[in-house]
Amino acid sequence: MIRSQVLICGGTGCTSSGSQQIQDRFETALEQNDLQDEVKLVRTGCFGLCELGPVVIVYPDGTFYSRVTPDDVDEIVTEHLLKGRPVQRLVYDDHGKAQADEFGNIALSDTSFYKTQNRVVLRNCGVINPEDIDEYIAMDGYAALGKVLTEMTPEEVIQVVSDSGLRGRGGGGFPTGRKWSLCAPNKADIKYVVCNADEGDPGAFMDRSVLEGDPHCIIEAMAICGYACGCNKGYVYVRAEYPIAVKRLSIAIAQARDYGLLGENIFDSGFDFDIEIRLGAGAFVCGEETALMTSIEGNRGEPRPRPPFPAVKGLFGKPTVENNVETFANIPQIILRGADWFASMGTERSKGTKVFALGGKINHTGLVEIPMGTTLEHIIYEIGGGIPNGKKFKAAQTGGPSGGCIPASLIDTEVDYDNLTAIGCMMGSGGLIVMDEDTCMVDMAKFFLEFTVDESCGKCTPCRVGTKRILELLDKITAGKGTLEDIDRIEELCQYVKQNSLCGLGQTAPNPVLATLKFFRDEYIAHVVDRKCPAGVCKDLLTFTIDRDKCIGCGLCARNCPVNTIEQTDYVAPGKKRAAYRIDPSKCIKCGACMSNCKFHAISKQ
Amino acid sequence: MKSLAELQAIKDRMKDRVVLRDGMEGKRVVVGMATCGIAAGARPVLNAFVEGVNKAGLEGTVSVTQTGCIGICQYEPVVEVFEPGKEKVTYVKMTPEKAQEVIEKHLKGGNVVSEYTIGSVAV
Repeated sequence: MIRSQVLICGGTGCTSSGSQQIQDRFETALEQNDLQDEVKLVRTGCFGLCELGPVVIVYPDGTFYSRVTPDDVDEIVTEHLLKGRPVQRLVYDDHGKAQADEFGNIALSDTSFYKTQNRVVLRNCGVINPEDIDEYIAMDGYAALGKVLTEMTPEEVIQVVSDSGLRGRGGGGFPTGRKWSLCAPNKADIKYVVCNADEGDPGAFMDRSVLEGDPHCIIEAMAICGYACGCNKGYVYVRAEYPIAVKRLSIAIAQARDYGLLGENIFDSGFDFDIEIRLGAGAFVCGEETALMTSIEGNRGEPRPRPPFPAVKGLFGKPTVENNVETFANIPQIILRGADWFASMGTERSKGTKVFALGGKINHTGLVEIPMGTTLEHIIYEIGGGIPNGKKFKAAQTGGPSGGCIPASLIDTEVDYDNLTAIGCMMGSGGLIVMDEDTCMVDMAKFFLEFTVDESCGKCTPCRVGTKRILELLDKITAGKGTLEDIDRIEELCQYVKQNSLCGLGQTAPNPVLATLKFFRDEYIAHVVDRKCPAGVCKDLLTFTIDRDKCIGCGLCARNCPVNTIEQTDYVAPGKKRAAYRIDPSKCIKCGACMSNCKFHAISKQ
Repeated sequence: MKSLAELQAIKDRMKDRVVLRDGMEGKRVVVGMATCGIAAGARPVLNAFVEGVNKAGLEGTVSVTQTGCIGICQYEPVVEVFEPGKEKVTYVKMTPEKAQEVIEKHLKGGNVVSEYTIGSVAV
């Protein structure tokens, strides 16, 4: 009889920091202590707090162990699992904020990271074994599919989804119910459901985590969508760079087929549905729906003009519904708990929750799910644990290379589709990159533009040539050679690219530039007029100097300089024993090695 | 899968596997499992509680865990029952058979088996 379960995170983050070795050690240790029949190991999907991985949770106590190493395993087994004493040094105490119960346990749900989250999409991530369909079924899995196939008409299903107010989570925010109702009436010999799992935004990993942690919910939702819209075939288009997600999804599809939850005559309803996986080769443009379909068809991933819309003429020229992973992950819960339940969360025009991948300069890097309308301040300071090293928050980038930034002055913005659009930003798929005072906003805009220039498919001129020209102008500015006219020219070009590009990639590519110009124009001007980078990032505008009165002449800087550009002078400062050093600015490569090695703060950059 | 009943059957079969992960609500049975407890035979008692609670269908409302030394080694195996809003009950010198009785009378029936509590045994 199993009395305790040890959940080990098997998400990509924890796997790369060694959770497989931890699992192996647990297996050995449990056998050594003759506990294998009493304690069960469960490898789950992502718990969300990737910063503290590898994560191990022991139930029924709910003890949350963070940063576990293979060498800690024996202690957890002999102390906690055998003798019932939680290993205190590994229990995460939320920087002293979480209160332990009388047994010394702190559960995951007690930490500030989890307390105010509302997990709908991620409800099974980190809770079930994603490779075991029975565990999914135990958590009400496939009950929604059973319900729609035995009790509801397709029209009723679409009505529930429409009433819930669910909007596309891939970034656009198009109402899902409307999308389904546009496809449903179209007649064809075959119609398709496509799941967009081509998560391409740098720093976004929500969709990967859902596929890794709860793959069955995507299968179930696609089948529900197929029933509602009259489609019998589904494709999941997932990046080949997500090997764990692909593996778990393949296992899940095979298990669902085995149980007859995919295939013919599901639940004896006469409805047939099956799913295939297509691997994307990692082109960002393939996240755009028409390019994605072109790629599934076996052609080079390039977008095509709309209309005709995919609902009429999509994959292989047939009517197609295409939704993002996170959108689908909401569907089974909406069916089971009702449209009103879903619509009770969020703001007036953005219902439900949103998953964000927190990254950048933030203490709790990881995955969070919050109701729409939560303020940015709450996400960053309460859930995210604030900015490391006591630095000041400067801005947050949402929507990756298609989005914009929210400056510190707007930190009380309630995050939903319309509020973000109103400030010239975009929800995007949910990457949230936090930046502190050491980030140069011009450099940041340049980074994202470099990404879109690389990823532009080249089909239309505004995107192919326009983004390249904008990048060149930005390069000029960060090199200290820009003029004020260049800033005006960038703005004009951005508007042109935005209005004339064929697909979403080009239409949104200028957003990071426009948003930084809107909120941080003074930084652009500092680069151009003062020839200075206020954040001290742009190398061409920096000079490293040694304050000769502070220098004690230890020579540590000179020994660490990779290009031997630091030499000793004749000058001995009052009260010092040795002569001061100086940097030859003509040879300096501005790596900063001297500054980080100086123990006397004698070196500064400007 | 041809019917909702089939789905429900799988769900029922799996229930005790995932219920452990719901966290600790309701009653909580804690078995002292330090060296002294284990030496006195706490492990069969712990397993008897886990199995008995499941057999009695109480797995949703009663959780069974262990703890370290409770401090009264001469009375091991010691089992404490915590119930929200009530004073804790400490059973001493437990055996798997006594455990069965506690499950039936106390956890299910709501009546403390006072002859096994520390109050009666220690006096």
